[in-house]
Amino acid sequence: MSSVAVGFAGVTKSYGGKTVVDGLSFTVAPGECFGLLGPNGAGKSTITRMLLGMARPAAGEITVLGVPVPARARLARKRIGVVPQFDNLDLAFTVRENLLVFGRYFGMSTREVEAKIPSLLEFANLENKADARVAELSGGMKRRLTLARALVNDPQLLVMDEPTTGLDPHARHLIWERLRSLLARGKTIILTTHFMEEAERLCDRLCVLVGGRNVAEGRPHALIDEQIGCQVIEIYGGNPHELSSLIKPYAKRIEVSGETLFCYAPDPEHVRLQLRGREDLRLLQRPPNLEDVFLRLTGRELEK
Amino acid sequence: MGEGYAAVLPANAWNWVAVWRRNLLAWKKVALVTILGNLADPIIYLFGLGFGLGMIVGRVDGTSYIAFLATGMVATSAMTAGTFETIYATFARMHTQRTWEAILCTQLTLGDIVLGELAWAATKACLAGIAIAVVAATLGYATWPAILYALPAIALTGLAFASLAMVVIALAPSHDYFVFYQTLVLTPMLLLCGAIFPATQLPDAVQQVGHFLPLAHSIDLIRPAMLGRPAGSVGLHIGALCAYAILPLFLSVVLFRRRLMR
Repeated sequence: MSSVAVGFAGVTKSYGGKTVVDGLSFTVAPGECFGLLGPNGAGKSTITRMLLGMARPAAGEITVLGVPVPARARLARKRIGVVPQFDNLDLAFTVRENLLVFGRYFGMSTREVEAKIPSLLEFANLENKADARVAELSGGMKRRLTLARALVNDPQLLVMDEPTTGLDPHARHLIWERLRSLLARGKTIILTTHFMEEAERLCDRLCVLVGGRNVAEGRPHALIDEQIGCQVIEIYGGNPHELSSLIKPYAKRIEVSGETLFCYAPDPEHVRLQLRGREDLRLLQRPPNLEDVFLRLTGRELEK
Repeated sequence: MGEGYAAVLPANAWNWVAVWRRNLLAWKKVALVTILGNLADPIIYLFGLGFGLGMIVGRVDGTSYIAFLATGMVATSAMTAGTFETIYATFARMHTQRTWEAILCTQLTLGDIVLGELAWAATKACLAGIAIAVVAATLGYATWPAILYALPAIALTGLAFASLAMVVIALAPSHDYFVFYQTLVLTPMLLLCGAIFPATQLPDAVQQVGHFLPLAHSIDLIRPAMLGRPAGSVGLHIGALCAYAILPLFLSVVLFRRRLMR
C-alpha cells in the first residue's frame, strides 16, 4: 500500500469568481482518521466533492489511493465508501434493497451482495429492519444505513461529510462507536465536521479551514497545546467588555463569543482573585479543548 | 479538456445495467398498475377515436381508420412513454431524489447512469407500444407476428425520444419547464408526422418539415410492419432514429457534466 491514502497539493477551486478552496495542501496516511474542520462555507463539502472527482480543481494535484483524481477518479471510487452530508437513500426501497442496489453499482452480482447483507445489517444494528421501507426509519437509523451502504464495496477509504449533523446525542454516540470500530479494522477515514467533540474523539489528525485555506494542522492535542496551551475560564453574566478590561493583565488572551467570555489564563488563580465577590458572574474553569482552537482560528472570520 | 470528458462517458459496455436493474426493481412494485394503465389508455382511445371518427372518415390510406390509427398510436405511445419516463421519473432521480448523486459516489460514471436511464425509458416505451399492439391484434387490426416485427422500431423510437428528453432535463431548472417541450415539440410532432391522419393532408412545405422529425421515421417503420406492407427506405429511417438517439446522448452527458460536476 502506498504511504499516502489521500494527497492534496496546492488545490484551488472557485465558483463564479469566489475562491472556495485556496491553495490547499494536506496528506492523509493509510489507517488514519483525518478531520477537515471549519465553519459553514469554509469549503469542506467542495473538498470532498473534488476528492471523489465530482468537481474539478482549477489548479493543483489530487491523488487518492494511488491514482490521480479527477482523471482516474472512477478507479479511486471503487475503493471508497461515501457518507454524504444529506441522506440520499433510495426511498422507494427497503433497507435490504438499498444495499442490494448499491452493491450492484459496484459491479457485484446479486448473489455477492446478498451474501454480505447480513453482516452489514449487523454492523448498522438494523437486523430487525431489513424489510422496512427507508421512509419508516428514524434519522439515526437512516444514517446507519447510509454507513452500511458505504461499506458494501469493502472500501479502504471512507469519506464522511458531516456524518452526525442533525442526530440526537444517542444516535451520534452510536455512529462514533461504529466509526471507531472501522478505524480498528484499518480503514482510512476523512471526516468533515463542525462538531469539535466529534473531531477530538475520532481524529488522529485534523486541519482547520478558514476561507478554503488550511490555517492549522496537526494532532488534536498538539493543536490545543500549540494554539492555547493554558487553562480556560469561561465567564457567563456581566458585561463581557467591561470584564475583559478588568482581567486583561492576567490573561494570555481573551475571546468573546456571544454572551460568554473565554479567558485563556496561564495562572487562573489571579483571574479568579480579580473576580472574587462578583455574585452576578458564573465561572467555569476547565482544560483547553478543540473548540477553543476553533474559536481562536475562525473567530475573526465569523465576526465579519 | 479531452480527459475531462473521458471521465464522464460510459466506462464500459455493461455498467449501465445496474442502473437499469435499479429502475426495474422500483417498477416491479407498481407493475400491475402501470400495465393496466398501459392497456386501458389505448383501449379508450381506439374505441373512442376509432369508432367515433372512423365512422365519419371511413377508409384511410387503404385500410380502416381504426387500423391506421392503431399503428400511429403504437409509435406515439412509444414517443410519450420514452419522453415522460425521462422528464418526470429520471428528472426526479437526477434532481430532487438525489439518486444520481448517490450513484456518482460509486464506480459508475455519469455516462453509465445516462445510458442506464435511456435503456430503462426505452423499456417503458416498449411496454407501452406492445400494449397497444396487443390491443390492436386482439381486435383484429394487426397480426400477432407483426408485433414482433414492429418491436425493434418501437424500442428505437423510445430510445430516440428518451435521448432527446435527456437534453431537455439536463437544461431545465425545474419540472415547470417541461410543458414547453410537450406543447411546442411533442404535440406538433403528433400532428405533422401522420400519427392520427395521413401527413399528405398537410400543405407541401409542412410535409417537408415532417419528413425530418423522428416520429415520422418511427411511423414509417411501424405502420408497414403492423399492416403487413413492404416498407421503403428502412435503412434511412433506422439511421435517422439512431442519430436521434446517439447525438443527444452525448450532448446530454456534456450538459449534465456542466450541471452536476462543477
